[in-house]
Amino acid sequence: MQLKRVSLYVIKKTLKLVSLLIAISVLSFLLVSYSPIDPIQSYIGADMVRVSPEQRDNIAAYWGLDDSKTEQFLNWSKAVLQGNLGTSLIYRAPVADVIAERFLASLILMGIAWLMSGFIGFILGIISGIQEGSWVDRIIKGYCFILASTPAFWLALLCLMLFSVSLGWFPVGLASPAGILTEDVTWLERAKHLVLPALTLSIIGVANVALHTRQKLIEVLGSEYARFAKAKGETGFLLLWRHGLRNISLPAVSLHFASFGELFGGAVLAEQVFSYPGLGQAVVQAGLGGDIPLLLGIVLFSTLFVFAGNLLADLLYQFIDPRMRKEELQ
Amino acid sequence: MIGRTSFPMKVKKWNLRQRTLAVTILSFTLLAGMIGSGILIGPEKMGVDFLSKYLPPSFTHPFGTDWLGRDMLTRTLKGLTLSFSVGLLASTVSTFIALILSLLCSVNKKLDAVVTWFIDLFLSVPHIVILILISFAAGGGFKGVVIGLALTHWPSLTRLLRAEVLQLKNTDYVAVSKAFGKSRMWIARHHLLPHLVPQLIVGFILLFPHAILHEAAITFLGFGLSSEVPAIGIILSESMRYLATGMWWLAFFPGLALLVMVSIFDLLGRSIRKLIDPFHGQKL
Amino acid sequence: MEIQQSQKKENIPLAQNEKSPPLFEVNHLALTFRQYEKGLRESNLRVIRNFDLSINQGEIVAVVGASGSGKSLLADTILGILPEHAETSGNILFQGKILTKENQIRLRGKDIVLIPQSTNALDPLMKVGKQVQSVVKNKHKKAVQERIFQKVGLAKDTSDRYPFELSGGMIRRVLVSTAMVSDAKLVIADEPTPGLDEQARDEAIQYMKKLATEGKAIMFITHDITAALEIADKVAVFYAGETVEIANTEDFSGKGENLRHPYTKALWNALPQNDFIPLKGIQPLPGESVSGCVFAARCPIATDVCTEDVPQLRPLNHGMVRCYHA
Repeated sequence: MQLKRVSLYVIKKTLKLVSLLIAISVLSFLLVSYSPIDPIQSYIGADMVRVSPEQRDNIAAYWGLDDSKTEQFLNWSKAVLQGNLGTSLIYRAPVADVIAERFLASLILMGIAWLMSGFIGFILGIISGIQEGSWVDRIIKGYCFILASTPAFWLALLCLMLFSVSLGWFPVGLASPAGILTEDVTWLERAKHLVLPALTLSIIGVANVALHTRQKLIEVLGSEYARFAKAKGETGFLLLWRHGLRNISLPAVSLHFASFGELFGGAVLAEQVFSYPGLGQAVVQAGLGGDIPLLLGIVLFSTLFVFAGNLLADLLYQFIDPRMRKEELQ
Repeated sequence: MIGRTSFPMKVKKWNLRQRTLAVTILSFTLLAGMIGSGILIGPEKMGVDFLSKYLPPSFTHPFGTDWLGRDMLTRTLKGLTLSFSVGLLASTVSTFIALILSLLCSVNKKLDAVVTWFIDLFLSVPHIVILILISFAAGGGFKGVVIGLALTHWPSLTRLLRAEVLQLKNTDYVAVSKAFGKSRMWIARHHLLPHLVPQLIVGFILLFPHAILHEAAITFLGFGLSSEVPAIGIILSESMRYLATGMWWLAFFPGLALLVMVSIFDLLGRSIRKLIDPFHGQKL
Repeated sequence: MEIQQSQKKENIPLAQNEKSPPLFEVNHLALTFRQYEKGLRESNLRVIRNFDLSINQGEIVAVVGASGSGKSLLADTILGILPEHAETSGNILFQGKILTKENQIRLRGKDIVLIPQSTNALDPLMKVGKQVQSVVKNKHKKAVQERIFQKVGLAKDTSDRYPFELSGGMIRRVLVSTAMVSDAKLVIADEPTPGLDEQARDEAIQYMKKLATEGKAIMFITHDITAALEIADKVAVFYAGETVEIANTEDFSGKGENLRHPYTKALWNALPQNDFIPLKGIQPLPGESVSGCVFAARCPIATDVCTEDVPQLRPLNHGMVRCYHA
């Protein structure tokens, strides 16, 4: 019974993912291939004038740019299926390698920010929700609404100005100091470069979780079972502990997992401001520099990333919530 | 004796309705002021003045001046006007798309599934990545940014409207109209649209914050606008070069102004929702 | 057997009534809500305005009223668990002492317990056994809970189940057992019999009776006058937020000659087993302005005086009535 349910679930989710990836591939390939930006020009860059028409044709033939769009797409997708995402034009390295290296850096950044913002947001939401209508609630709510209207990159700039320029606590940019080989960078150096982008992302991420938790807690406290619990003499902290946390944690964690898309978006901006060498910075460079293989690779990868978040959110419900867990009993 | 439903109020403290109305009117005025002054500023004010470059905020230049001696307040106001126009376009197009798609959902189950699938598809890629992709596809430039913003803000509103439409579809009066042989168009016009109007207005206004923030973000990243255009994203991106020298006002005020504008839109949208949707008004 | 017992008990509190104050007493209770209407216009909604009641130990007093009379908010008011925008006036006495906010917090769940109406009253994510144990104040929580579950006919493994795994009937038994495990002196049963089939309804009623034989006082809030008459010692009739009559169960007989208030008579005569005459008109809505008697608009014997001043609740023939013409 359990096995059947799990395998059905896996099949359903896999189908969903596959259909998503196919659709995203087709759409983004279509978009990219109609771009008026000449990939050869962006590949060669400033040396364009020195390239003869013959050389140009050679490169085009080598990349298969003369083939029809359909053929190009089929070739590309065949390669992708074999695990070959092509070669990045900017980094002159296999796209898969670039993504792997860059994602690791981003993952640390996003991971820290995700945990911090989740924790702080949850606490703020509880404080706010339990005292609905009080001045504390108003302040937290107002703070969250303002936060939601704050441009992430501006906040990053403010952090940079305050902590790096004025106070001098942190370096102004670049994840590894210039002139030192990447391998020689100490962990301390890396950590120093991580603090500000992580801080920025954490602050931005708080708003959503806090407001959601607040709303959910208010709902729970107004529920029929909270009324009964109060009638049984449970108040304040006991009520929150017994019934509040139990009923708001799962939705909050789930929502937080489902916010990977915004997290990624925030990371793109924060990495840009702090010159942090993550995936976000790479996608900006790929877009600006006409690096089609890398751009397509990151589009697919970020889709996978967002999907993973949504899947985790869903899994939590499926396997932790007793109502879902024991569904087959009914 | 017990009075009617309300006690006579010697307006000591404003009630929620009055407060909300006041907020709505104030928001409108502020926005109009911001945008109006941005439009009214002529090109003569935008000039370069090398005698007054790098000036910190003062009475003559409340937001300071930049490395070309340009007044930052003027540039910021121009930037906000640009943000507003882009936001207006994006919100209009996206609201329209959302309306059409949500009405399609009411036709039959298959179309509904297709629309839902498209919503999922658009929400499955980080928004900023889609914007970069579209901007690239359009060959960069302002056009790419505008197209990207206009075409990508519909999914969440569509989801909202779809739920509403499906609910309305199951109501008795729609069933009665159907039984009387009214056409789909007739039902859509007479039963669905009127109920959707409040949602549409609120949705339209609440799309502005998203569109404006995305516009600023994507131009900040270097997509779209050339550096002469005073867009907030460009201004902030340029300011980065001068941050290390301590010219904080180059980044601080333009960003703050954008924040204020976005929050006002957010506040306006939520206030209007409270006014036209009393059940929402009970709380928050 | 049980019926005899409760009838016997009935006489003792009545005799006590003359000397000591009742266990529980409500005087001139009023409840108002601040609320928002369309366009956020603020208004005050008066839900209860003149509620009076007293219950002695071991006594079952039914509060009977049609839906919309505000009776379900009575329980919240007594327990002090109203939302913040509610305002109350009048007083509530428990064991002769005024039930202040502090007292309410101290006593609820201990001396005063609630049997809620809704099957949503259990936390969906908590095992039901645990939810019952939270009421037990001594150390043997689990043992006490298990014994009570057995008593109300719930299987042993029920305590490890979540509410969604139980049927409506089982949940009602769980709710009743929370009242049984407590040492409460007063039990407020909020509509324990709505929409039940006959068997389930009888079962619910039996539990009320069982609680009363344990010496608990019971406030039985219901719209089902037949159920009320089966077990109650006294019936308080609730109309548009007011107690219009407090009658003894025996008064409900024949054509209702012994009943005091025209509304009670109408209710009695509207029953299918009696004349089945429906009462015309509708009850004033909460917040609707009524000067004078709330029932005047529908009353067959109303005169000018009825629409001018609110009649006071006065004793009459071993009961109480709020009517000029009774």
